[in-house]
Amino acid sequence: MENSLDPAASLLEVRGISKSFGAVRALQEVDFTLRAGEIHALLGENGAGKSTLIKVVTGVFPRDAGIVRLGGEEVAPRSAKAALQAGIATVYQEVNLLPNLSVAQNLFLDRQPMRFGIVREGEMRRRAKTLLADFGLDIDVSAPLGNYSVAIQHVTAIARAVDLSARVLILDEPTASLDRHEVEILFRIMRQLAKRGIGIVFVSHFLDQVYEISDRITVLRNGRLVDERETASLSRLELIRMMLGRELAETTSARASAGAQTTREVCASFEGYGKAGYVAPFNLELRHGEVVGLAGLLGSGRTETARLVFGAERADRGQARVEGAPVRLQSPRDGVRHGFGYCPEERKTDGIVAELTVRENIVLALQAKRGLHRPLSRREQDEIASRYVKMLDIRPPDPERPVGLLSGGNQQKVLLARWLATSPRLLVLDEPTRGIDVGAHAEIIRLIRELCDDGLALLVISSELDEIVTYSDRVVVLRDRAHVEELAGEAIDVGSILAAIAADGASVAHEGRA
Amino acid sequence: MKGLPPVLITAIVLVAGFALCAVQFPNIASTRVVGNLLTDNAFLGIVATGMTFVVISGGIDLSVGSVIGFTTVFVALAIERWGMPPLVAFVAILALSAAFGAAMGAVIHVFDLPPFIVTLAGMFLARGASFLLSTESVPITAPIYSTVSDFALRLPGGGRLTAVAIIMLAIVIGGALLLQLTRFGANVYALGGSRATASLMGVAVGRMTVKIYMLSSLLAGIAGIVFSFYTSAGYSLSAVGVELDTIAAVVIGGTLLTGGQGSAIGTFLGVLIQGMIQTYINFDGTLSSWWTKIATGVLLFAFIALQQGLVALARRPVAKRAGAVS
Repeated sequence: MENSLDPAASLLEVRGISKSFGAVRALQEVDFTLRAGEIHALLGENGAGKSTLIKVVTGVFPRDAGIVRLGGEEVAPRSAKAALQAGIATVYQEVNLLPNLSVAQNLFLDRQPMRFGIVREGEMRRRAKTLLADFGLDIDVSAPLGNYSVAIQHVTAIARAVDLSARVLILDEPTASLDRHEVEILFRIMRQLAKRGIGIVFVSHFLDQVYEISDRITVLRNGRLVDERETASLSRLELIRMMLGRELAETTSARASAGAQTTREVCASFEGYGKAGYVAPFNLELRHGEVVGLAGLLGSGRTETARLVFGAERADRGQARVEGAPVRLQSPRDGVRHGFGYCPEERKTDGIVAELTVRENIVLALQAKRGLHRPLSRREQDEIASRYVKMLDIRPPDPERPVGLLSGGNQQKVLLARWLATSPRLLVLDEPTRGIDVGAHAEIIRLIRELCDDGLALLVISSELDEIVTYSDRVVVLRDRAHVEELAGEAIDVGSILAAIAADGASVAHEGRA
Repeated sequence: MKGLPPVLITAIVLVAGFALCAVQFPNIASTRVVGNLLTDNAFLGIVATGMTFVVISGGIDLSVGSVIGFTTVFVALAIERWGMPPLVAFVAILALSAAFGAAMGAVIHVFDLPPFIVTLAGMFLARGASFLLSTESVPITAPIYSTVSDFALRLPGGGRLTAVAIIMLAIVIGGALLLQLTRFGANVYALGGSRATASLMGVAVGRMTVKIYMLSSLLAGIAGIVFSFYTSAGYSLSAVGVELDTIAAVVIGGTLLTGGQGSAIGTFLGVLIQGMIQTYINFDGTLSSWWTKIATGVLLFAFIALQQGLVALARRPVAKRAGAVS
């Protein structure tokens, strides 16, 4: 029982952690230091390695290299349960509690107060009440947990973790499903816990909240540590640059084209289009032969916009038009019917069917569009497949190979081919270059430009600002689930995109720290 | 709490149904009929109590009918042919059935197999084993059988509360207490909520699974002994399909087939409802006994629909909240 509440003492030390999944290096020599009594934000874009780091530290994934020290002693938990026993508790966005049990049972499951082999229900409720009172909650603890809001479930999960003598509390996106008032309650509790000497790791993509609550910030990018900084001395622009990995100074891009855009025909337009709680209403025009880039941080509403445009999510307001005619986009089928294609971000789960061959994957959408009654003959399939394998230079050029055996870049091309085979008028690409190697990267970008020159309308989401700047004719910048700026032609450069993402941030940041 | 909890609805159905029967046949409302109802359904009440644990934990046990059948044959042969003292035979068969259940639980946990398949295999195994022992009905003539069959508490009004009925009531009450008051009971509900989460929260999921199926098979073994008292014979074809009657009683009793919610008392009421329908049909005299199955089927549908309705109701406020936030 060391009672050294030296504020500078490091409570959790992570040194040189590496972790690979197959050939993908998810974490490379990452260091992370959490002090007792501090709230430490762990930030990074999708794929930066935040979740992997948490899971390695808490023993969910075994680590390849590195050490973890808790209060100076080395720990190597083999499971989340072992980590909890060691004093590292994690509360995930989806609360890991049992909604069918009472709040009290959830708090004391497997450690209920007992007498003669019987659970002392009254005593358990009393203790639960006392425990939750510490967190400012006064609720009926005998009611099922599922009757309460997500916020209360979160607080219950935190209370359980803390009561299990947690010294390190990891909160993974705890505020994603909370409203403003609930966030304030949670923050109050976090500050209270920090005061008691508990170290809190706060993972979030809401930068306002990070500035409001955290003492220090660690940023990861592509599985590497970028830097660790004091929140108070880190400007929002600098933080975003750290997360996106761009040096503001140069990168004046070698942009390919900037023709007379207004003369191009409108392919699809969206007026006041949006969905409550999903994306704020936006206006968007997509023209033939034009690439529109969607830029913004993770969670800013990029993918949400893409899904609305394709019909994967139903808008509850606004009007969509295709070639000038009003249309309703209620489902992906509607999107396909109007000649839209969508390559989602999660290739592995939402896109390719790994067990099927390249040929089968390519004809999938076309067959779906034609309907079951008009099957493509094998010869037609072979023709289509070999045409696209050649056109997109898919390697190895074997249409009968299962897609799962191809590299990421080639899988991406197969996905592209699938939609191109349906001769779409609009193609939506969500992070088309994620997780593919540098050579393939350049090729995908070249393809995007070429498709565009052939008169296709493209809507492309990317976290790589360089990339967006290279191929976009217009760039829509999103922040907090709203379209905040549209840049066109010469105005497009990395600096102005970053500025748009970070806009009004500086003032908020200072307010938050004041 | 929105509306009535399912158990209360089951109780209301039972009382209302009993009142209707009593209006048509006033003789039904007598301790004699009620006493017989408890005796006739004693084995079902016992095995259904075990099934309640399994279903609440998110599983299912299809082997119980076969275990009852095997038990009757084993007990009959052990006493009549192998010359075992009855009590020794009872202890042996209970140990055997408990081990059988524990083995099924272990297979379910270790190989991460669906309980449906594992206990289906158990069902064929136990039934096949009882045929292996004997294909004919073996009468039991041991004196303990007549003693137990003759034993009964006299109820006012001429009814008799028999030994097997008393055993059943004791097991139902014991099961209800175990489920509501102990750590074991809380863990059963936890498993039904989510195995993964329960494990994260420190519940020894594997050990619990073994114990739950062990309990179910043990109670099926006791039900088998009770059944042999009831029929004074062991027969490999007895209790065919009882697992389904049992599951029906559990569901009618308000236990969620997907696990996480339910009660032993509700199951007991479910057993009584099935017994009541059977009694009504006996009184009527003109109806085929298959009407029991038809009525049970209708009730099952009604209860499943009701549960879905309640589940939907429980979800609604959450949806409303989400809407309000935006």
